[in-house]
Amino acid sequence: MALSNRPLLDNLKEGRYPSFVKEMEKGGAKTEQLLNLLERSYEEKKVHWKHGGIVGVRGYGGGVIGRYCDLPEEYPDVAEFHTIRVNQPSGWFYNSKSLRTLCDIWEKHGSGLTNMHGATGDAILLGTTTEHLQPIFNDLSEAGFDLGGSGSNLRTPSCCNGEARCEYSCFDAMHLCHDLTNEYQDELHRPMWPYKSKIKISGCPNDCTSSIARSDIAIIGTWRDAIQVNQAEVANYADAGMDVKREVVYKCPTKCMSYDADKKELNIDNDNCTRCMHCINTMTKALHVGKDRGASLLIGGKATIVQSAFLGWVVKPFIKLNKEDDYAELKELLEKMWDWWDENAKVRERIGELIYRKGMTDFLKAIDIEAVPQMVKHPRENPYFFWTEEEVVAEIASRKNAEVSK
Amino acid sequence: MATVDVNGHSVELDEDGFMVNLDEWNEEVAVYLAKTEDVAELTEDHWKLVNYLKDYYKEYGIAPMVRKMCKDTGLKLKEIYDLFPTGPAKGACKVAGLPKPTGCV
Repeated sequence: MALSNRPLLDNLKEGRYPSFVKEMEKGGAKTEQLLNLLERSYEEKKVHWKHGGIVGVRGYGGGVIGRYCDLPEEYPDVAEFHTIRVNQPSGWFYNSKSLRTLCDIWEKHGSGLTNMHGATGDAILLGTTTEHLQPIFNDLSEAGFDLGGSGSNLRTPSCCNGEARCEYSCFDAMHLCHDLTNEYQDELHRPMWPYKSKIKISGCPNDCTSSIARSDIAIIGTWRDAIQVNQAEVANYADAGMDVKREVVYKCPTKCMSYDADKKELNIDNDNCTRCMHCINTMTKALHVGKDRGASLLIGGKATIVQSAFLGWVVKPFIKLNKEDDYAELKELLEKMWDWWDENAKVRERIGELIYRKGMTDFLKAIDIEAVPQMVKHPRENPYFFWTEEEVVAEIASRKNAEVSK
Repeated sequence: MATVDVNGHSVELDEDGFMVNLDEWNEEVAVYLAKTEDVAELTEDHWKLVNYLKDYYKEYGIAPMVRKMCKDTGLKLKEIYDLFPTGPAKGACKVAGLPKPTGCV
């Protein structure tokens, strides 16, 4: 057997999971040096890409991530190896024609390697040279594709499959994603903010886009009336052997359900339901989301740097999402949030960190929203509460009045 | 890395065409760098922005945030892209001889 020059990577061609090494080897001469460089990184246990890189296309401030190899003489094919983010269609639905078009363009201008998809959602074209950037952008535009976001801007919004193929979806997630992407093209292509801002859209609280953890602004579908129950289907689940009490009723986090085993009837106290989705997920045919639908708006989700990792928290428990008025209420809120952030944040301060620094009171005042109990898991446990001067003056006046009337 | 000759002065540039030694900057270098960023000629408005960026960097040691830049210069972001098609970071900062923007770009 001939000795391989990439013994470490060859190990990763074995096993049952699809091997990225096998896929990359299909690129032949085009990907040979990248594989060799990767093997070297495996040997030395370190990356061989230089720090940073600023490249782009005319008119945009983002969308391309510049990358240079730190051993350009030894690996000239990957001396410049930039990544292009292409805005994906909502819900990642493609037809083969559009994918073939994308492949043809990438075959002509780049390495042929892709990432389908980047964690934010974009179709990622991995590896090309500076000289190809403008031509590939022109070809992409011609074919109807646009770049996604990068830098201190609105990143490419993404959404779950929504109503396209999920009966849980509380609104048309794909339509909203497309609409917001179009509405905020300028914010997406031309970085203007203190740092990045991400929007993710999930049709229901199952949150199939992980919006609560991976977006500054999470739009998560919900409803505010009763869960729709089909008792005949409940009975079918019971007849098929499901232990409804054990699998559904006892697992309800608010214990708001009861089950009559004789009548095979499920009852839900909807006022105490927090719409966690468990019962609906478990008895898909019998239970259905309510009819009065909308979304909860959460703010602040981000990764560790700098403050710590945040999950998004509630800023609006329920908001109606109307296609008819182009989501006017949502957009007004988004713009108020961004404006306050842009005005007040330090360099590279995510909106979640700014709220942490300046407080929810300031934030809510800036976006004209009243504080409600749903915004907190529990009230503060320390007494260091700030009053405004007006509040103190008003309080003193009202106490004096009370004394006089005694 | 490359070294270019601008009217007899050699200027060292990195892969992205940003200056390596910022004290090599002068107006002729700015004119040269502008051509690499799709700016054929530096007009009065170009200079206004370039000088603002230079002064800000000199005073604070960082590039200004976009909102600050727009407020201080009175230029809208759209107008800045009209002046520098590759944007304030890649275009204007490069021409003004500021260090290359870093971070999650």
